[in-house]
Amino acid sequence: MPQRTNIIYEYDGSFEGFLCCVFESFEKKELPCDIIPQTQEQMTLAPVREITTDRKKAARVYRSIERKMSVSARELIELSFLTCLPQKERDMLDFFYLGYHYGRQVMNRLTDPTVDRLLKGVKHLTNEAHLTKEFLRFSTRNGMLVAKIGPKNNVLSLIKDHFATRFPNETFLIYDCKHHLAFLHTPRQSGIIPVEDIELEQIDEEERHYQRLWKLFYRTIAIRERYNPRCRMSHMPKRYWEYMTEFQEEEPASPQMETIASPITPPPLEMQNSAPKPKIE
Amino acid sequence: MTVFDKLKILTDSAKYDVACTSSGSDRTMGKNLPGMGSAVSCGICHSFSADGRCISLLKVLMTNYCEYDCQYCVNRHSNDTPRAAFTPRELADLTINFYKRNYIEGLFLSSGVIKNPDYTCERMIRCVEILRNEYHFYGYIHAKAIPGADEALLQRLGFLVDRMSVNIELPSQKSLTKLCPNKSKQAILKPMGLLTNRIRENKAEIVQYRHAPKFVPAGQSTQMIIGATPETDYQILNLTEGLYKKYSLKRVFFSAYIPVADNPLLPSIHTKPPLLREHRLYQADWLLRFYGFEAKELLDEEHQSFHPLIDPKCNWAINHMELFPVEVNKASYEMLLRVPGIGVTSAKRILQARKAGSLDYEGLKKIGVVLKRAQYFITCKGKLAEGLKIREDNLLMSLVSEKGISLLTRQMLDQSYEQLSLFPSGKLSEEDVRQCLKEPI
Ligand code: SF4
Repeated sequence: MPQRTNIIYEYDGSFEGFLCCVFESFEKKELPCDIIPQTQEQMTLAPVREITTDRKKAARVYRSIERKMSVSARELIELSFLTCLPQKERDMLDFFYLGYHYGRQVMNRLTDPTVDRLLKGVKHLTNEAHLTKEFLRFSTRNGMLVAKIGPKNNVLSLIKDHFATRFPNETFLIYDCKHHLAFLHTPRQSGIIPVEDIELEQIDEEERHYQRLWKLFYRTIAIRERYNPRCRMSHMPKRYWEYMTEFQEEEPASPQMETIASPITPPPLEMQNSAPKPKIE
Repeated sequence: MTVFDKLKILTDSAKYDVACTSSGSDRTMGKNLPGMGSAVSCGICHSFSADGRCISLLKVLMTNYCEYDCQYCVNRHSNDTPRAAFTPRELADLTINFYKRNYIEGLFLSSGVIKNPDYTCERMIRCVEILRNEYHFYGYIHAKAIPGADEALLQRLGFLVDRMSVNIELPSQKSLTKLCPNKSKQAILKPMGLLTNRIRENKAEIVQYRHAPKFVPAGQSTQMIIGATPETDYQILNLTEGLYKKYSLKRVFFSAYIPVADNPLLPSIHTKPPLLREHRLYQADWLLRFYGFEAKELLDEEHQSFHPLIDPKCNWAINHMELFPVEVNKASYEMLLRVPGIGVTSAKRILQARKAGSLDYEGLKKIGVVLKRAQYFITCKGKLAEGLKIREDNLLMSLVSEKGISLLTRQMLDQSYEQLSLFPSGKLSEEDVRQCLKEPI
């Protein structure tokens, strides 16, 4: 591995842009001290070099991964890019050096600190993607199914196919409010689009009906004698709760109707205490 | 009666059923077909209720009217409780609407025996037919086989659903006769055997004709109640092993008995559910299915119950110290699996990492081995972990499971736990239990 320099690479934030940083590092035989996307505010005195994205260079680097390492190494790199690991680009670049050196064996080097960090970061990502598939909730708004999520990692591209194959004939939108991205699916086309903010339409009476039924089911299915909030929390971390119907306060429905007395009986007292503080959007 | 009232009653009466998994089926719908749904073989939990149990399926009864009078059941005929019944369409609508909001993976359909087993089964089939044929629903459906229903009906149901289960209910014929006057072991094992055979035949059909319809593709499961009757862990585990072998079941579930009635045939109404026992049985079940253990290695005639504080795998290891320590860099996969602190994932990762070089303790930690436990049973490059002094008491202390302590404390706080009279009388805290464990057991 070449000497670590004090140069910082700055790239456009795309995966291809990152691959061009790899290209630059190998061409110049230098290791930057960090690689940062342009969007990231950085207070630094270190010299910053802007790396322009060149599709041809990116493609060359990309093809080399499978050729010199393995398919699973390529997958690890692609997934690492979606993680929220701090300084992931730096670890990913180091991985390229390891990979070119050790070839396909690099994926067996589980105790190497760089490989270990990337594998753990990717595990965090894929776990979060799985949990998002589980805990995401749609509500119908103006004929469209809408879900809002707030993941730490950029999971959208890992969950979109799951929903697209499950609901091919529906029109739905999954909005990631942390990464400002949304996956929009209609029976004819679908894709990920950048979104600043979304104003949600009000729910209608039918939607409210099913939300109430679900909350009723959720409360009734618990067995009082087995009450175990710790176990629930370890399976379903609190940060998911604010996006889940069963923990939300009832939204007003439109058109406004006479309020119907809630048919839901309150849960037993000890369970009420554990109810999360409802978030109001 | 509104659908709210029905849902409340029919959820309440279905909640004691344990099986709520949606695993074992893999299915996506074909292109340009109407409808919705898919099934994912690893299963998906959509929520966790306040008792920490997974909610994967809409688990309700079609009806809680029941002609039978099983003593341990809230729906028994003689119990004075509100009754309700879904129409097949009501339940199908509810399922679809929950499904498309991503609340559930599908439906868990069970029913009290209304009029007679055949009629009950027909109503269930009707509901599933609406889902599959009218709404083109490709999600997961688990249906309970109603003992005593006609074979042809069971078959029809089997071609519509992903998984079926026939509940063993109680772990012995004697207990069954005592508590379920209308059920016999035969009545339960017959549909179970029928399903097993039909599933086997169907596998052959699918090999022969790729498009042959699938019969119960996610296989068959069962469950039994623990603690309502006097069977020991040893008997229960042997029965479980037998069920896996003889009936090729996918899962056997255990459910700690929660008192529902003051009845001289049953434990007192104040009995707490034996959660720790249930937990140990699940651990042992896991060892049978994924770790290559046999029931007779875990318990025997002389040792009929699991250790309350130490999990079955550790307990086995302590009793087989002659096999340890094993050298991590050489041991076979099967042997690695038997080391406390090494699970299926870490055993596989050890094999993988060995291809790139030999492992030390630091590396094992990165791989995910729980050294606190494993250190007593392994060497790395011929060396024991540094500073390790094996004394029987600290060995035991480090193997005591956290879960064991917390469940046991709970149990002891709830009821004076008499088998373990190590404690001075009076109120116990978790601290006391930990304190006591420091002394050799
Ligand atoms: S047949 Fe089923 S629902 Fe009816 S009493 Fe027995 S266990 Fe309960």
